[in-house]
Amino acid sequence: MEVVEKDKKQELKEFIDSVKNKEHGDSYLIAVLHKAQGLYGYLSREVMDTIAQEMQIPTAHIWGVATFYHYFNLTPPGKHVVSVCLGTACYVKGAPQILEAIRNELKIDFGQITEDKMFSLQIARCLGACGVAPVVMIDDKIHGEMTPQKVVDVINQYRKAEKKQ
Amino acid sequence: MDEKVTITINGKPYRVDLDQTIMEAADSCGYHIPRLCYHPKLSIEGACRVCIVEVEGMKNYIASCAYPLFDGMKIHTNTKEIRQARRDIVELLLDNHPEDCHVCERDGNCELQRLAYAMGIRHRHFAGERKHYHKDLSSTSVIRDPDKCILCGRCVRMCTEIQGVNALGQANRGFNTVVMPAYDMPFAESVCTTCGQCINVCPTASFVEKNHTQELFAKLNDDSLVKVAQIAPSVRAAIGEGFGLPPGKNMEGQTVAALRKLGFNYVFDTQFSADLTILEEASEFLERVQEKGKLPMITSCSSAWMKYMEQFYPDLIENISTCKSPMSMGSAIIKTHFAEQIKVDPKNIVSVAIMCCTAKKYEARRPELMVNGMQATDIVAVTREIVWMIKSAGIDFLNIKPEEFDSPMGMSSGAGTIFGVTGGVMEAALRTAYELYTGETLVDIELSSIRGFDGIKVGSITMDGKEIRVAVANGLGNAHNLLEIVRKDPERYHFIEIMGCPGGCIGGGGQPYAAANSIPLDTGCLKARAEALYSNDRKKTIRRSHDNPEIQRLYKEFLGRPLSKKSHELLHTHYKPHEPRGIASRKIRAI
Ligand code: SF4
Ligand code: SF4
Ligand code: SF4
Ligand code: FES
Ligand code: FES
Repeated sequence: MEVVEKDKKQELKEFIDSVKNKEHGDSYLIAVLHKAQGLYGYLSREVMDTIAQEMQIPTAHIWGVATFYHYFNLTPPGKHVVSVCLGTACYVKGAPQILEAIRNELKIDFGQITEDKMFSLQIARCLGACGVAPVVMIDDKIHGEMTPQKVVDVINQYRKAEKKQ
Repeated sequence: MDEKVTITINGKPYRVDLDQTIMEAADSCGYHIPRLCYHPKLSIEGACRVCIVEVEGMKNYIASCAYPLFDGMKIHTNTKEIRQARRDIVELLLDNHPEDCHVCERDGNCELQRLAYAMGIRHRHFAGERKHYHKDLSSTSVIRDPDKCILCGRCVRMCTEIQGVNALGQANRGFNTVVMPAYDMPFAESVCTTCGQCINVCPTASFVEKNHTQELFAKLNDDSLVKVAQIAPSVRAAIGEGFGLPPGKNMEGQTVAALRKLGFNYVFDTQFSADLTILEEASEFLERVQEKGKLPMITSCSSAWMKYMEQFYPDLIENISTCKSPMSMGSAIIKTHFAEQIKVDPKNIVSVAIMCCTAKKYEARRPELMVNGMQATDIVAVTREIVWMIKSAGIDFLNIKPEEFDSPMGMSSGAGTIFGVTGGVMEAALRTAYELYTGETLVDIELSSIRGFDGIKVGSITMDGKEIRVAVANGLGNAHNLLEIVRKDPERYHFIEIMGCPGGCIGGGGQPYAAANSIPLDTGCLKARAEALYSNDRKKTIRRSHDNPEIQRLYKEFLGRPLSKKSHELLHTHYKPHEPRGIASRKIRAI
């Protein structure tokens, strides 16, 4: 575990090093935040502090960016991360209704985590599965051709599986 | 030569410089277009759209603060439609704004209130969704109340572009946008230096000073206490504005009289302690020069600068003068020597500092400034608070008979007076250092190279063939720019003065709000306040700190000599690095 944390830190630092001296280095902040979220699952204060120091961008600015975009998570993810694709294909096939159904079922908004810490909700852009749009990804499993009812069924399957354990 | 163009405003032709915005051109022609997010010293945000005008041939109304001129432009600032559109914009702001005016700190001093009045809004049609956030009361100095925020962004730009601190940002989006420190952390834990410049530029009561007036009234009513006040130089230069006078009136005598009427037993002058600071600081500087101590030496009297230094430049701690600020030196003497003189237990003395500065509230609570286990300065009230107290107590400030300061800490030299202006501490210190070093009298004591309002000023004097190079910065953004030079080239200067606020203390975060027809931190206003102090210096017969007989007496009776053991105990201190570490903004605009 220790080693893994170190690796993540190293990978993030290397990524920052690769962009920070480019022209308009600051404009890579969003890319860096994505990278950090990819590595850690969310943006913790410690990670944002590190990014601030490495990129020499004030924390108040980083916080402004991190809170502006819905796709950044500021709290630790739940056991299962539910990502609703809002890419164009999914959107026109009814992703907003899917999102609504999930919000109602889990009683959380994106960037939040359920009280039992089982699920957290985030928004994704095209997940590369447009053929089966609308798409919801739970952890790294794609669930295609969702409907508001189906997505609730899927969530319940995860709940059941969790209870069995 | 600047290119000229012909435009018309409301049907009248004008010949104006091309290189300006519609708003600037209109200003120069005598049309004051309403505005909110615009501030001449900050970058243009174009957020509020209160400043819209109609330009013939353009489909939409245009934000005049952000739009350049072109030849032949036909501008309308006051048509029926424009007036309506502008009014709608302001009404929309009010829809989300609490209906709090008569219980609000800015009642009567509020730009939003004035704007609504000027737009002719006489009743509120819609009640939109209101904001409900907690006030952030954590800071010693600055209160944040997001409910009153109209998101003009002036505070964020001030903190970023002029102060270079970057304590604030806009978080979240849309209706949920809130101005806050990083991570929504309590203000007190953020990089905020407590300078109060966000208060100065905020058009509403979304930023206000931490108010100590009730506490002070309570102490003033307590007969078992001896109430001692001291007044900072720049308070007298600005306090009149709080009573409707134009900037630049020196109201020293009136302030003394009003404080006595409020119930203070002794009214002393921080200018006296400024003279004391100069003796210590000039001596410290000479000691560093002669004994090859750490140079450049950097002044330490600006409280916001000290917090900034601890967070942004801890590598320079050894360069910082160990002298306490005049306020803290004065309070230290009040709680020791003065207490002995009047035979009162210092625990029964309330030492109150009337300051131009919100950061002094922070300074007063610093543990490293305690004297014999006591807080040396018990209460700091800023100019605005004292204005309110004088009014609230029904004292006729404008017609009051001026009175003199009390002895022994009431007499000051001209050098102590100019402490309130950027460059003044340096000038005062050099007047004394020169004489202590050379034994000769410095004839030309007005050092014009370090006067004025440039962000960074440099100068030099020669003492016994030795060239002393000095630099002066006002506003923390300028301080940053100067210190980057010092980091790279530590030999360049011997002595540096830094003031945290634009213009020095006269532009402090506790000074009266801008008048109805003015803007906060208007250069003309700062100049007038500065002139009030410079002319006071010229009028004084004693213009050098070491010539102040009361200072000489204090050394003879109590301190011994500058840098004595007693001085070190009471008048000097040391600073430590402070978390969170600051990251200076890259968007600093020198002023
Ligand atoms: S900030 Fe201004 S408009 Fe708002 S409640 Fe206070 S006085 Fe009224
Ligand atoms: S008090 Fe000064 S440092 Fe603090 S937020 Fe306001 S402008 Fe920034
Ligand atoms: S706090 Fe004041 S200055 Fe800052 S955005 Fe809000 S209204 Fe404007
Ligand atoms: S748009 Fe949703 S998977 Fe491509
Ligand atoms: S003053 Fe021009 S948009 Fe706000």
